Amino acid sequence: MTDILLGHYAYWGIIALLVIGLYGMMFKNNLAKKLIGMTIFQVAIIMFYVASAVKWGATVPILDPAIGAADAAKYISPLQHCLMLTAIVVGVATIGVAFSLVIAIHRRYKTLDESTLLERMKTS
Amino acid sequence: MIIQNSPALIPLLLLASAISIPLLAIRKTGIAYVTAAAAAFCAMAISAFNTYRVWESGPITYHFGGWIPPIGIEYVLDPLSAFVTLVVNVVAFVVLCHAGGLKDREITEKATPYYSLVLLLLCGANGMILTGDLFNLYVFLEIFSLAGYGLIGIGEKQAPVASFRYLIMGTIGASFYLLGLGFVYIVTGTLNMADMKTMLPLLYGNPAVTAGLTLIVIGMGIKMALFPLHGWLPDAYTYAPSTSTALIAPIGTKVAAYVILRVLFFVFDVKFVDQTLPVTDLIGWLAAGGILFGSVMAIAQREMKRMLAYSSVAQIGYIGLGIGLANPLGLIGAVLHILNHAFMKGALFLVAANLRKNAGHSDISKLDATYRNRLPWSMAAFTLAALSMIGLPPTAGFFSKWYLALGSIDKGNWVFLVVILLSSLLNAVYFFRVLEKVYLLPPTDPEAGKALPKLARRRAVGQEEYSLMIPTVVLSFSLLLLGLWNANIVKGILQRIIPPGM
Repeated sequence: MTDILLGHYAYWGIIALLVIGLYGMMFKNNLAKKLIGMTIFQVAIIMFYVASAVKWGATVPILDPAIGAADAAKYISPLQHCLMLTAIVVGVATIGVAFSLVIAIHRRYKTLDESTLLERMKTS
Repeated sequence: MIIQNSPALIPLLLLASAISIPLLAIRKTGIAYVTAAAAAFCAMAISAFNTYRVWESGPITYHFGGWIPPIGIEYVLDPLSAFVTLVVNVVAFVVLCHAGGLKDREITEKATPYYSLVLLLLCGANGMILTGDLFNLYVFLEIFSLAGYGLIGIGEKQAPVASFRYLIMGTIGASFYLLGLGFVYIVTGTLNMADMKTMLPLLYGNPAVTAGLTLIVIGMGIKMALFPLHGWLPDAYTYAPSTSTALIAPIGTKVAAYVILRVLFFVFDVKFVDQTLPVTDLIGWLAAGGILFGSVMAIAQREMKRMLAYSSVAQIGYIGLGIGLANPLGLIGAVLHILNHAFMKGALFLVAANLRKNAGHSDISKLDATYRNRLPWSMAAFTLAALSMIGLPPTAGFFSKWYLALGSIDKGNWVFLVVILLSSLLNAVYFFRVLEKVYLLPPTDPEAGKALPKLARRRAVGQEEYSLMIPTVVLSFSLLLLGLWNANIVKGILQRIIPPGM
């Protein structure tokens, strides 16, 4: 039991972040807070990929003459990091679009609170 | 040479024109529309050529940067991807032709970024269909979605709220897909679809594969608006500008359905998803629920665009049902319905756009016989598309339902058969409600109700702008042709897409 808990502590942290992110997106009333939840959610997934690249006792994936290229186990896996660079860019673009939509909502309804927003949408 | 590179041509062409539109249109905003339409036309021509090539000489693959597949990114043109790109690009081109007549009303100063986004949306859709790499698919999915959020948010007063809700749901969907892909990647160590297919049979039973597949299906289910994950769809379709709706409704959800189909049957094994894990059963039953729910909700709507949006929830259910059957007839029905529904929904949303442009509203309760005089061709197009939605032969809609029904009988699932038949009746209820008003209800305004003299009637017909009328009529009447040619489409193309082992 302790083995499962302690041996995978990185994954437990990631699961906690995922849940916090989903909670923020679903239950927070303020639109900006929803976006904070969304960012946490995306960051958790990025950390999940990066955590899966780890090898114990390995170094950064840059060719080191002292180690040589023969033994792949001496370098951590570089592919996940490259994938997540793309995912980070995608996340930044999503946040950009989301905040421009939030600005448009605020200009039209003068509020970011979801329940007030729904009321004002009904009356107008 | 050009044939060998043809899989990559469409996304690159669309991406390059999307980026160059803001530069070309600095002085004259009119150029933006012309460039977009030209790029969409080229994409359509290339995809038609590609389909012909694949039909003649089999699948074509393209390796980006010359890297051999498991390491590099691969683009695959096989019968399925060639067929779906052709459908997407034809519908997109016709809708863009129609957009030329609408642009003065809805997007005056924003034309340049708008058409740039339209091309990005098409680039994302084509990339998702053509790529053979699962992470590349995620990137194109996000290009597609981000462009879609912009196209929806540009609309009416409530549009940014609808778009924001879609963004939150869509990001959850895309993130679930990425998370699921992470699970599968960790156990297989590859992102290439063909490579993954050879490795997965050794790993069935591994909990990480099960969890990964579940997350991918849920994530794509949100994007596809599979009931009960459809919450974002009705508002987004209703408040978006007419051109955006007519683009996103036929293309958006279909592409996500295509991804589910591709992952379930071409990366994973049919036996595994059908028998070991009941994924397809689950999709099938959810889809059946969605068909009934969407149809009933569509009956309750007063606004035409909202009614069509709920009808989309029902129609995407047919595609889900075909995937859920997991047999050759069901698969043919699902892919044929991707084609038919793209044309039907495109035509119906274009009619709603014509109504909004001509009458200023698309409220069903205000319709009466005067609209038949004002928009005779649009209403004829609406009638034909509605008959096809209900599934009356010889329109195209009948044949996809026919194959789905045959698939249900083949599978021995009588509940699905009842759902298909019952939903046709429900479709009839909400479409005949509109047709009855347009063709039979005498106008409330007595002045407008007088039978127009022949000359005046001809003038009234002339009021319908050709730039709006022709694309609508083309989409709608091609439903008849698709219905008549359906045997050729099924025999020539669709029978080749069935994956081995199904």
